[in-house]
Amino acid sequence: MIALLQRDLKLAIRAGGGFGLGLAFFLILVVLVPFGVGPNSDILSRIAPGILWVGALLSCLLSLDRIFQLDYEDGTLDLLATAPLPLEAAATLKALSHWLVTGLPLTLAAPLLGVLLNMPSEATLWLVASLALGTPALSMLGTFGAALTVGLKRGGLLISLLVLPLYMPTLIFGAEAVRRGTEGLPTGTALAFLAAITAGCAALLPFASAAALRMNLR
Amino acid sequence: MPDLGKYADTVLSAYVISIAILIGLVALSVWQSRQSRARLAQIEARRNAAPPR
Amino acid sequence: MSIWEYANPTRFMQTSGKLLPLVSVLSFACLIVGLVWGFFFTPDDYRQGSTVKIIYLHVPSALMAINAWMMMLVASLIWLVRRHHVSALAAKAAAPVGLAMTLIALITGAIWGEPMWGTYWAWDPRLTSFLILFLFYLGYMALWAAIENPDTAADLTSILCLVGSVFALLSRYAVNFWNQGLHQGASLSLDKEENVADVFYFPLLVSIAGFVLLFLALVLLRTRSEIRLRRASALISRERLS
Repeated sequence: MIALLQRDLKLAIRAGGGFGLGLAFFLILVVLVPFGVGPNSDILSRIAPGILWVGALLSCLLSLDRIFQLDYEDGTLDLLATAPLPLEAAATLKALSHWLVTGLPLTLAAPLLGVLLNMPSEATLWLVASLALGTPALSMLGTFGAALTVGLKRGGLLISLLVLPLYMPTLIFGAEAVRRGTEGLPTGTALAFLAAITAGCAALLPFASAAALRMNLR
Repeated sequence: MPDLGKYADTVLSAYVISIAILIGLVALSVWQSRQSRARLAQIEARRNAAPPR
Repeated sequence: MSIWEYANPTRFMQTSGKLLPLVSVLSFACLIVGLVWGFFFTPDDYRQGSTVKIIYLHVPSALMAINAWMMMLVASLIWLVRRHHVSALAAKAAAPVGLAMTLIALITGAIWGEPMWGTYWAWDPRLTSFLILFLFYLGYMALWAAIENPDTAADLTSILCLVGSVFALLSRYAVNFWNQGLHQGASLSLDKEENVADVFYFPLLVSIAGFVLLFLALVLLRTRSEIRLRRASALISRERLS
């Protein structure tokens, strides 16, 4: 299991795909927003949490079709399916490695980018907390979407259509937690819901992902 | 025609659009049904013409 | 005699062939009666004026938009558990109907909202969750269209339907939670149960029956097309083999 995780991480870092690309995309998105809505810092600071959450969502989406595609093409996935390690565990590890190369860097980079958007300083803590709680769910859901479309030639666009509606509850609770935190309202409920979604995804989605993988490999 | 008052446009456009969508859906389904029927009939006719070996 | 006999495509084709004209005629009759009664012979609401007549389209289509998804969920479960092809094809056949119902509910709602709320669209919980449902229908149909092998497509869309149902429900409650932070929802939401008086209620019931029967007729018709197409492609691949 550890070996699989190490291999995935190594591949991700050496290929320079998910790691740098997701972050760069996140940065560009944040830079583009002020050009779109104007440099008024009041407006920017009000929409900063939402922009950062949507940006994180989209950057996560960017690298999803890589999760299984290369392994599917070179036959590694068939080996994984017949290996003693259950496919559910393999799917969980894939999601974990996706989170480590996209979700985690995004969470760490978000406060810096928040500065660019004039985000109030009291929001930073809540932004990091909500992203840390929420992005694992994004990776789990993304793995599920990638498992559904693994056999397709051009799954990239389809993945976004399948996965984005599934991201909605996470986005709502995540952005709401930050907004409430900024306004000084209690954030407990939103964060608890966010954690519940992540926990539920981690518990149930590996089975759905593995089932989808088996159907695609059959 | 009932007197719809100042909301005539609203009510009529809602009815027209909805009924158009429904008719479109029904027409599409009927057309697909015809197509599938024709396709199956064509293939079965071909099969019957050339007896299975 | 059990319901599983209809899992046999031949049995299903026979029975649905007999049932389809009956259901179609009944649904047409109910729709005509319900809509004509509602449109011509009901009084205006004292508050909403004549816009209340939109209710005979809006409520039934919204109802069917949700119920179509429920039906797809049940059919997907049956396919996953018992592997009956008719069930998978029925789920596939229901999706476009559900999509159209969602679209009607959204459009009539927007048209109704304009004079009543002063805006075509508000990020009200109900409206937002219907938009999300619309996106779920789109994703489901796109997945069906993208996969070539029909059995794999049925499997994967069933799984998507299961996971999607959970998340659609979750979105419904998440959206409720989200809007509380912005403003009170009550000013924008119509409490339909309390609002509807008997004069509006009976034509509404007939209209709902019409929509339910229309959904049934369309699903039967479309499932029959899907079965025929499946048989046609099976025959073609058999020809290629021999």
